[in-house]
Amino acid sequence: MFKRIMAPVDLAHVDGLRRALDCAADLARHYDVPVSYVGVTSSAPSQLAHNPEEFGEKLKAFVSSEATSHGVNGTAHAAVSHDPTTDIDDALMRAIDETGADLVVMASHVPNALDYIWPSNGGKLAEHAKCSVMVVRP
Amino acid sequence: MSDETANQGIPAPEGASQIIETDYKIGQDNIATQIGPFGLDIHNPVFVISGLSIVAFVAYALMAPDQAGEFFGWLRPTLTSTFDWFFLWSANIFVIFCLILIVTPYGSVRLGGENATPDYGYAGWFAMLFAAGMGIGLMFFGVLEPVYYFGTPWGDEPLGVVRPFTEDGALIEENIEAARRMALAATSYHWALHPWAIYAVVALALALFTYNKGLPLTIRSAFYPIFGERVWGWTGHIIDTLAVFATLFGLATSLGFGAQQANAGLEFVYGVPNNVTVQVILIIAITAVALISVLRGLDGGVKLLSEINMVIAFVLLFFVLFAAGAGTIVTEFGKGIVAYFQEVIPLSNPHGREDTGYMQGWTAFYWAWWISWSPFVGMFIARVSRGRTVREFVICVLIIPSLVCMFWMAVFGGAAIEQVIADPSGSAVKAQVIDSYNPPLSLFAMLGELPLAGITSTIGIILVIVFFVTSSDSGSLVIDTITAGGKVDAPVPQRVFWCTFEGLVAIALLIGGGLGALQAMVISTGLPFTIILLLICWAVFKGLVEERRST
Repeated sequence: MFKRIMAPVDLAHVDGLRRALDCAADLARHYDVPVSYVGVTSSAPSQLAHNPEEFGEKLKAFVSSEATSHGVNGTAHAAVSHDPTTDIDDALMRAIDETGADLVVMASHVPNALDYIWPSNGGKLAEHAKCSVMVVRP
Repeated sequence: MSDETANQGIPAPEGASQIIETDYKIGQDNIATQIGPFGLDIHNPVFVISGLSIVAFVAYALMAPDQAGEFFGWLRPTLTSTFDWFFLWSANIFVIFCLILIVTPYGSVRLGGENATPDYGYAGWFAMLFAAGMGIGLMFFGVLEPVYYFGTPWGDEPLGVVRPFTEDGALIEENIEAARRMALAATSYHWALHPWAIYAVVALALALFTYNKGLPLTIRSAFYPIFGERVWGWTGHIIDTLAVFATLFGLATSLGFGAQQANAGLEFVYGVPNNVTVQVILIIAITAVALISVLRGLDGGVKLLSEINMVIAFVLLFFVLFAAGAGTIVTEFGKGIVAYFQEVIPLSNPHGREDTGYMQGWTAFYWAWWISWSPFVGMFIARVSRGRTVREFVICVLIIPSLVCMFWMAVFGGAAIEQVIADPSGSAVKAQVIDSYNPPLSLFAMLGELPLAGITSTIGIILVIVFFVTSSDSGSLVIDTITAGGKVDAPVPQRVFWCTFEGLVAIALLIGGGLGALQAMVISTGLPFTIILLLICWAVFKGLVEERRST
């Protein structure tokens, strides 16, 4: 059914993503396909890393522990964005093409009034991505 | 598992750079919370203190406008005339420091590590350099300043140069050449190497300590070599709060004055009534566009608007150039550059001068003004300059914008001076600048005597407004980053808050009075910042030495 699953990861909030990450791994085992874990970082130092290189290392470390604990084939994919606050959707859209994923499994918050003014990342991706998108509520 | 990171997403391995080892974690002092539907991630206490003190100062200016006006109206000129020598010498030091960086081996250090590639191409980068901090000034002073120096009746002649007019306004032929030459040289002095060196020093410091040393993108990081770990405590809180304070008030007061200027232009060109209601509508419109721009982010908003503005500005520049006679203007520009290099040393020497009206009233004022804006403009330039070498950075931030500014002044000022010489009694420029002093109208008076005045004046008003938008949105990004403790990925509602807050402060001051008082206060912050900037030069030098040693 699917060839590759993409799982966007915010390394600063992994706890909040647990359900989505578990779901991605379960699906990957079910269809026996690899998972691309995508992290978006800025070129300026962030709370996670001093530079994109260090961020890439951290993402790889995360992916290898995730892959081992769930028994899936995982790859790390780090994307750099000039302005992650607003460009994260675009960065994820690009990552879909670059990884060649045909299913995105991502977490999203419970919708509130604000979603009428500006949509969530998951909602936006589901609206615009050509592949299937599964939005997992916390 | 396979490794796909090497050729996907990350530009390239970043190469060696020397990370400063510190226990500080970006965001460790932040409060991440949810207020209603709004997610927040703000630095404690910088966000709260700067927000509250801004409200307190606005309240003070509104409740005691006379007292505030009197105090800051006294403070600003007192500082610029007492410390004129200090401002002039500091600016000279910044220029020399930058020039030294170009020629020494330290210039080859690359911002972002040895193998970093530039985030932005030249066109977008240059557009953003101008749009943040200088575009609006070019529109406002392009005609005003050269013409003022050319014919000032108030005794502000730079270096005591001759006046081309007699007391009753008749032209003195033999003085024209000398007055015009000095007018262009003295204007260029204020818009070329010195202001850009001020911006370059701050921007270089922030880019170096952020991209190479791994410290958060906030003003306090530049002080790490001086204060060490203390920058993460109250020393740093005060520095960051001051920067937010100067940036927000600088933007809000210029937004208020900008609305008055745009309104004056609208009245002059279209007969739109000139009153507070129209100005408040203008501020709301500018803030609304800036809001859309910050919501679209750095690439989709600020960069795009900056590029659009740059194109329109060049169209206007070349129109004025050819409509007003390219031959004369280019010749005068050539003479202006020569005159600039001949006069820059006497102009920048503060000792034994008799032209205090020019030196204190204009030069020291400008230096204080550029310096009070430098945290904002410097931080914005730093944000978009990753991947350049120090040499390339300094050349591109110092030399090229200087030439563009000098050319701009030569075209707008040159065209206006031509008009004044051609018809002293009938010239609208002379009427608005020399006979009576109406700064906001000087540009429109000049455009009014060229063909297609209706169209070019409209373009002029649009440019003024869009330059305000680009200042406002880049300023909101900068304030948001500082008040989020250097996080560039803070939630969207925060930048919406700062952008809106800035518009509200401008409206409150416009209606209640107090724009002048608070702008004088902002410019007064130029004095402490000058000391800070001198320290930053030392920090940059130290940082570059260590960077070269480690790579």
